[in-house]
Amino acid sequence: MDLGLIAQYLANGILLGTMYALVAVGFTLFFGVLDVIKFSHGDVLMLGTFIGFTAWLGLEAIGIVNPWIQLAGVLLCSLAGTALIGAAIANWLILPLKKAPQLNTLLITLMLGTAIREAVRLFYPNGSNPKAFPALLPDASVEIGSFALRADSVILVVSGLGLIGLLNLVINRTRLGLAIRAVAQDEETARTMGINYTLVVLATFAIGSGVAAFAGIMNGLYYNEINFGMGLILGLIGFSAAIIGGLGNLYGAILGGFLFAGLQVIGAALLPFASAYKDVFAFAVVIALMAWKPTGLIPERSSDRV
Amino acid sequence: MKFNTGNGLRRIVFTLGATAGLLVATGAQAKDTVELGFIGPLTGGVSSMGLGGRNSAELAVKLRNADPDSKYHYELVALDDECKPNVGVQVATKMATDRKVIGTIAHYCSAVAMGTVDVYHRFGLPMTVWGAVLPDITYGNDYPEITRVNGTMINQNEKAAQFMTGLGYKTFAIIHDTTDYGKGHNKYLSQFLAQDGAEVVGTFGVTSDQQDFTAELTQVKALNPDVVVYAGLTPGGVRVRQQMEKLGIEAVFEGVSGIKSDAFFEGLGGDLAEGTVTFLEGAPAEKLPGGAYFLKEYNAAGYDSPPEAYGPFAFAAMDLLIDAVEASGPDRKAVVDYMSKVKEHDSITGPITFDDHGQNTVALITAYVAQGGKWVVWEDSDYAKGTLSLVAPK
Repeated sequence: MDLGLIAQYLANGILLGTMYALVAVGFTLFFGVLDVIKFSHGDVLMLGTFIGFTAWLGLEAIGIVNPWIQLAGVLLCSLAGTALIGAAIANWLILPLKKAPQLNTLLITLMLGTAIREAVRLFYPNGSNPKAFPALLPDASVEIGSFALRADSVILVVSGLGLIGLLNLVINRTRLGLAIRAVAQDEETARTMGINYTLVVLATFAIGSGVAAFAGIMNGLYYNEINFGMGLILGLIGFSAAIIGGLGNLYGAILGGFLFAGLQVIGAALLPFASAYKDVFAFAVVIALMAWKPTGLIPERSSDRV
Repeated sequence: MKFNTGNGLRRIVFTLGATAGLLVATGAQAKDTVELGFIGPLTGGVSSMGLGGRNSAELAVKLRNADPDSKYHYELVALDDECKPNVGVQVATKMATDRKVIGTIAHYCSAVAMGTVDVYHRFGLPMTVWGAVLPDITYGNDYPEITRVNGTMINQNEKAAQFMTGLGYKTFAIIHDTTDYGKGHNKYLSQFLAQDGAEVVGTFGVTSDQQDFTAELTQVKALNPDVVVYAGLTPGGVRVRQQMEKLGIEAVFEGVSGIKSDAFFEGLGGDLAEGTVTFLEGAPAEKLPGGAYFLKEYNAAGYDSPPEAYGPFAFAAMDLLIDAVEASGPDRKAVVDYMSKVKEHDSITGPITFDDHGQNTVALITAYVAQGGKWVVWEDSDYAKGTLSLVAPK
């Protein structure tokens, strides 16, 4: 196999990995602060992407055609809108169920996800068809042998990794991050230390959902196509990535995201059998990894809390 | 006189039957109601096809009801199979167990039809396929209940292979979804391409809802074929075409009947769709024998979505079913008998003749190319005239 081809696979894998990591980060944040699995995460992502798409349609309609301004508008609407939705879900669906068995939260978010998905399909104009997401990034590309490196892919990966870095800074270097970590470690103590518990939880859900919306927009910009079902598989992969990485650990989520993308690429490129089995392969390896390390590759530091 | 209503009316005494017969004969308003079914994907990724089919079937029913000479009043029962085999079996069972339904036309998705034919057979419900193209739906069983007005993918791929090799294309990479539909297309296309002296350099099975094709397409790029074929439905076709562009693959993009929808352009935008080649049974509505009539009535009915590629077939199938009921009465068995003898039956898609498997033997296949944001019949396109050209063979 020539070098250009390997570089192409690597570039594909890195882009997918960044996207998966962004989704996985949300799962891990929610689990960190509240010990809940929010299964509607993927569909909230899809909703965020559709909000961005609608914002683009709106900007087109009022005659703003500069792609950078459009991009800023799309990102702003999508991230802010989805952050609000995330916080609303936390406030009205997840926090009230805090004392109920965790299965209830899992179930209610699972149902919420289906409701969001079906609602977009039924109520968004022509929502059951795939939509052409605009290509707002420069599409220049450099051909190196058989390897096509595109400017938009580079921008997407750099900004995605940048966002993960920024998130890391927020969690580790700011007062809000300190509060999030405090709540994650021990809710009662955090409360007695004067941390506004509800506010911290809402902020965490807003951040996690906003990051997922970014992944959704990234998905749209990269594939130039969005559809109502896009959140389903992204959510599942993001969740698996968070689990193999170690639920509750930010680095674990990132590692898990890239690992999963790597497995998919290997499954499609190197295995002798048909690429139809690449997901079978990737998920099978995930199962094996979970059997080997049940708490994930990088376990949550406070996983021994009682 | 034969007067089987197939429902509770059966028990009503002869005198009443005779009165009803008299009323029918004099063209009075009190006609018996006969329920006929339609099943197709009314929601989901390919719902545009299903809605077009449903509207067309409904139109056939409406037009017949408006005809004072018809013996019965027809009512359409439309159910949604979501293009999912499990849902399809449920709704087919619902349709088949409803004894008021005398016959149905059903299925755009081959995978669904494969799952449901047994249901129709078990309950003796005559079913005419209006869209699904997998050969096994008619040829894979001996069920007299199952018939099909549209051609199969065997005809389609024979033409596709001839057409593409005729243009000088020699190497093909096939990406197909792993449903019966995608696998069937792959099988027949590969077979006919080999017969016509072309080479299939790579075959890739993908799941039907796969989002990312970059891994497969990277391999395709290394193989450097003249033509990349996607055998599957519109959503997958949109993604493969998008991602070919991302990876800088210079090749003709060829689809199968499943991507010939207006949604293909909605998903891609005009520029990327340009120059995509695909094939479809029959001919565009306006070129069909009864096409002008069909389009005129369809537009007059004011539906908010187009009939799409298989609308005329749904119309023809429903019209044939109504003819069967008119001729043999509202009785499932009688309709099945009628269907087994259909020969040179007039329809808007041309004459219908069923072979011993209930398959329409008319194999008119048309090649289309995407030009200026819509599907244009190859012979009428600027590509055929030479003012535009596809990516040249390597």
